[in-house]
Amino acid sequence: MENLLNIFIKSIFVENMVFAYFLGMCSYLAVSKTVKTSFGLGVAVVFVQVITLPLNFLMEKYLLKPGALVWLSQSFADVDLSFLTFILFIAVIASLVQLVEMVIEKFSPALYASLGIFLPLIAVNCAILGGSLFMSEREYANVAEASVFGLGSGFGWMLAIVAMAAIREKIKYSQVPTPLRGLGIAFVITGLMGIAFMGFMGINL
Amino acid sequence: MFSKKNLKLVTDPINKNNPITVQVLGICSALAVTVKLEPAIVMALSVTVVTGLSNFVISLLRNTIPKRIRIIVQLVVIATLVIIVDQFLKAYSFDVSKQLSVFVGLIITNCIVMGRLEAFAMANKPLPSLLDGIGNGLGYGAILVIVAFFRELFGSGTILDIKVIPQAFYEAGYMNNGFFILPPMALIIIGIIIWLQRGKYKELIED
Repeated sequence: MENLLNIFIKSIFVENMVFAYFLGMCSYLAVSKTVKTSFGLGVAVVFVQVITLPLNFLMEKYLLKPGALVWLSQSFADVDLSFLTFILFIAVIASLVQLVEMVIEKFSPALYASLGIFLPLIAVNCAILGGSLFMSEREYANVAEASVFGLGSGFGWMLAIVAMAAIREKIKYSQVPTPLRGLGIAFVITGLMGIAFMGFMGINL
Repeated sequence: MFSKKNLKLVTDPINKNNPITVQVLGICSALAVTVKLEPAIVMALSVTVVTGLSNFVISLLRNTIPKRIRIIVQLVVIATLVIIVDQFLKAYSFDVSKQLSVFVGLIITNCIVMGRLEAFAMANKPLPSLLDGIGNGLGYGAILVIVAFFRELFGSGTILDIKVIPQAFYEAGYMNNGFFILPPMALIIIGIIIWLQRGKYKELIED
C-alpha cells in the first residue's frame, strides 16, 4: 500500500510528465487557453492513461517479453516479440482514444467542438505512449502498480495543464510585449514552471 | 511539378507557417534531442522523411479509409515508416542511432506527423501532400537545428563536437553555462525564436 502511494505521489510531482520529461507538450500548449477546456482534456488524458497502462502491462507480460508466450505452449519458450512493442502499444492507445472520442462526441458535443483536432491527437500525445514506455522500462511488478502509475502521471499532466491555463487566463491582463503574446510567453512560462518543478527532483518518499 | 503553388507548400512551413512556432505541433522531441547539434540534424532528417512519406501514403488511401478508424490506419502507416527509418539508421549510422535510441521511436507520437495527416493529407492529392509533408519536416528541422546550435554552443562550448570557444577564454575565467543543457532552456529559446519571428511578421501576432 505504501509502495502504491509512493508511486502515486512521485508520478504527480517528482516525475511530472510535463515538467520533468516534457512529454505531451503539443496539446498542453495549444489547449491551455481556458481552464474549462484544459480540465476536460486533462480528464480525458487521465481516463485514457488509467485504461491503457494496465492493458499494455498485460500485453507486455503475456505477449511481448522474451518467453512470454509460454502460457500458450511450452514450444514458444524462446519466442521474443519485443520488437513489436511500439506498434502494439500504439494500437492499444489509438483504439482507446477512438472510443473516448466517440463517447465525448455523444455525451458532450460542446467539449467535443472545443477540443477540435486535439482530441484525436491524444493518441499521439507523447505523455500516453511515454507512460507506457516508462512502465515497461521501470518494470513495475503488477497490474496495480501500473494502474496507480497511470493515474498519477495522468493527474500530473492534468495539474500542469490546468495550472498553465489559470496563469494564461490571468496573463491576459498584463502588459506582455506584443510579439511575445500568446504562444511565446506560454513557452517562457513553461520554462520557468519547469525550473520550479526541478526542485521536486530527487525527493524520495 | 514545381509550380508556384507547390513551391509555396514547401517554403511556407519553413517561414510563416512553421509547425513548431505557429502551428504548435511536435514540441516534445524538440526539447529532448537538442542538447547537441548532430542528433538534432539526424532527427530533423528522419522526421522529414516520415512526414513526407506518410502524407503521401495516407493521401493515396484517403478515399478508402473509413472516418471512424482513421487514427488507427494512420498510426499503422506512421509506425511502419518509423521502423524503416530506425532500421536504416541502425544499418548506416549506428552511433547516431544509439544516441537517438528512444526518440526515433517517439517520432510515432510526434504530433507534427499526425497533425499534417489530419489537417492536409486527408483532403488533398498525393503530390501536394508529399510536398506539404517535406516542407513541414524541414520547418520543424530548422527550429531544431537553431535551438541545438545555441544549446551546444553555450552549454558545451562546441559545435558538432568541435571546440569553438578558444581555450584562452576558459583560462580567463569563462565557463560553460550548464543551464543550457537543462530542458527548460530549450523552451525559453523557442520562446525567444517566436518573439523574433512575430516581431518580423506582424500578422502572426496574437491578441
